[in-house]
Amino acid sequence: MGKHKTPMLDELEKGPWPSFVSDIKQQAEKGKQALKDAPDDLLGVMELSYKDKVTHWKHGGIVGVFGYGGGVIGRYCDQPEKFPGVAHFHTMRVNQPASKFYSTKFLRDLCNLWERYGSGLTNMHGSTGDIIFLGTTTDNLERVFYDMTHELNQDLGGSGSNLRTPSCCVGLARCEWACYDTEEACHELTMEYQDELHRPAFPYKFKFKFDGCPNGCVAAIARADMSVIGTWKDDIRIDQAAVKAYVGGEIKPNGGAHAGKDWGKFDIVEEVVRLCPTGCMSWDGSTLKINNRECTRCMHCLNVMPRALRPGTETGASILFGAKAPILEGAQLSTLTIPFIRMEPPFEELKELVNKVWDWWMEEGKNRERLGELIQRESFQKFLEIMELSPDPRMVSEPRSNPYIFWKEEEVEGGWTRDIKDFRAKHQR
Amino acid sequence: MPTLEIEGRTFEVDEDGFLQDPALWNEEVARLFAKSEGIAEMTEEHWKVVNYVRNYYLEFNIAPMVRKLCKDTGFKLKKIYDLFPSGPAKGACKVAGLPKPTGCV
Repeated sequence: MGKHKTPMLDELEKGPWPSFVSDIKQQAEKGKQALKDAPDDLLGVMELSYKDKVTHWKHGGIVGVFGYGGGVIGRYCDQPEKFPGVAHFHTMRVNQPASKFYSTKFLRDLCNLWERYGSGLTNMHGSTGDIIFLGTTTDNLERVFYDMTHELNQDLGGSGSNLRTPSCCVGLARCEWACYDTEEACHELTMEYQDELHRPAFPYKFKFKFDGCPNGCVAAIARADMSVIGTWKDDIRIDQAAVKAYVGGEIKPNGGAHAGKDWGKFDIVEEVVRLCPTGCMSWDGSTLKINNRECTRCMHCLNVMPRALRPGTETGASILFGAKAPILEGAQLSTLTIPFIRMEPPFEELKELVNKVWDWWMEEGKNRERLGELIQRESFQKFLEIMELSPDPRMVSEPRSNPYIFWKEEEVEGGWTRDIKDFRAKHQR
Repeated sequence: MPTLEIEGRTFEVDEDGFLQDPALWNEEVARLFAKSEGIAEMTEEHWKVVNYVRNYYLEFNIAPMVRKLCKDTGFKLKKIYDLFPSGPAKGACKVAGLPKPTGCV
């Protein structure tokens, strides 16, 4: 029995699922954390919020460590007498290793560090990707920061109007679809932009995310102001013998992911060919053909038959800009801007793009305006001008039915002032 | 209400240590608050930033954006952090006696 009665929260422990309420109770019982009452009081204040149907956290706070402007988020409870354990409950963001590879020793060290100075409660991981330390007091911030950087060789992540902690998928380390080394790119750009990551000076947040292929395991296209998504230029590699093995049932589709229920015999036409969004595949009973010019890299066929189909060998990435969650405007996905770029260290070409985008956004962006909203406000044409790029059909979602082009005056012979009668005399309609 | 005690003087501040009553601010108060932000001595360069932030606030009733602060004072962001280790928002604004900024600087 905890310090506070929490009948509503207790409901969240029922059922077969893991429960954060049970996790917090476990930490309260264990009792090794420096902030003894934090887990109990956290449950207490949450129960009160459920009852009052309103949050009991105050709006924001400005706390931090010397030298950095981000990485720590101030949290104060508006009922500190009732819940002294969470009167100060600051969050610290810790920059996760690329692709979140850990040794168990490192995880233990992290948890011990946090029990030494905080509530012991963590969030693995926050939606941006950081390791989140939940709940400590202002006095302890510098101590955590010192031990974390000196003993664990780990840095704080981003918060506020700065570059947020870059994140990447598992990449070449474990995945056959990765079209470039996402970890290398993520690490290289993290190191290059340390200033932007730790010292907020942007109009608002900015996120990089690196997906190795269009499957998008870190959902770069939906969440990053700059989405880097692996792709290939040449043809999908086909092993016709393996295709036959899938059809014959010797190899299970989707790497055997659909085991546990009998879905019947694998039907290549129904399950692959007819699901191709551009209809660029055909199966004549012995050979699978792909019209690669029409392929939009949807990944479906590669996912179903990974041993028969592989991405091409001329690999790199597509760069898209402007995704964001709904804040000022609605949610939007990133827009394709660079169809193909080689992705090799030290990624100079990519950094040039980043610098161009930031120069423009920092100059023109309003306070709390994401890049995607600035592009919307100033138009995509303007964005292309800034990026020194020419429009390309691949930037348009349906170029064949929506070939919209705005001409500028200087691009039209004679400008807006030419005499139409004169022109028609020479050129009939 | 939390209080901050520096060199025998007591100030009413918010949880983050920002001065509650802006009318109390003067150069002596700024010097005292600077100590709590890791600044041993206020130099001419510190005053340039503090006065800029304060005047901007008095004119527009909001703290300036970081970019504007750098542009108008001619200091690079790194320089601002050298002067105010806790940064422009927490450091410079606090010393300048502004209420807690809401995510601008």
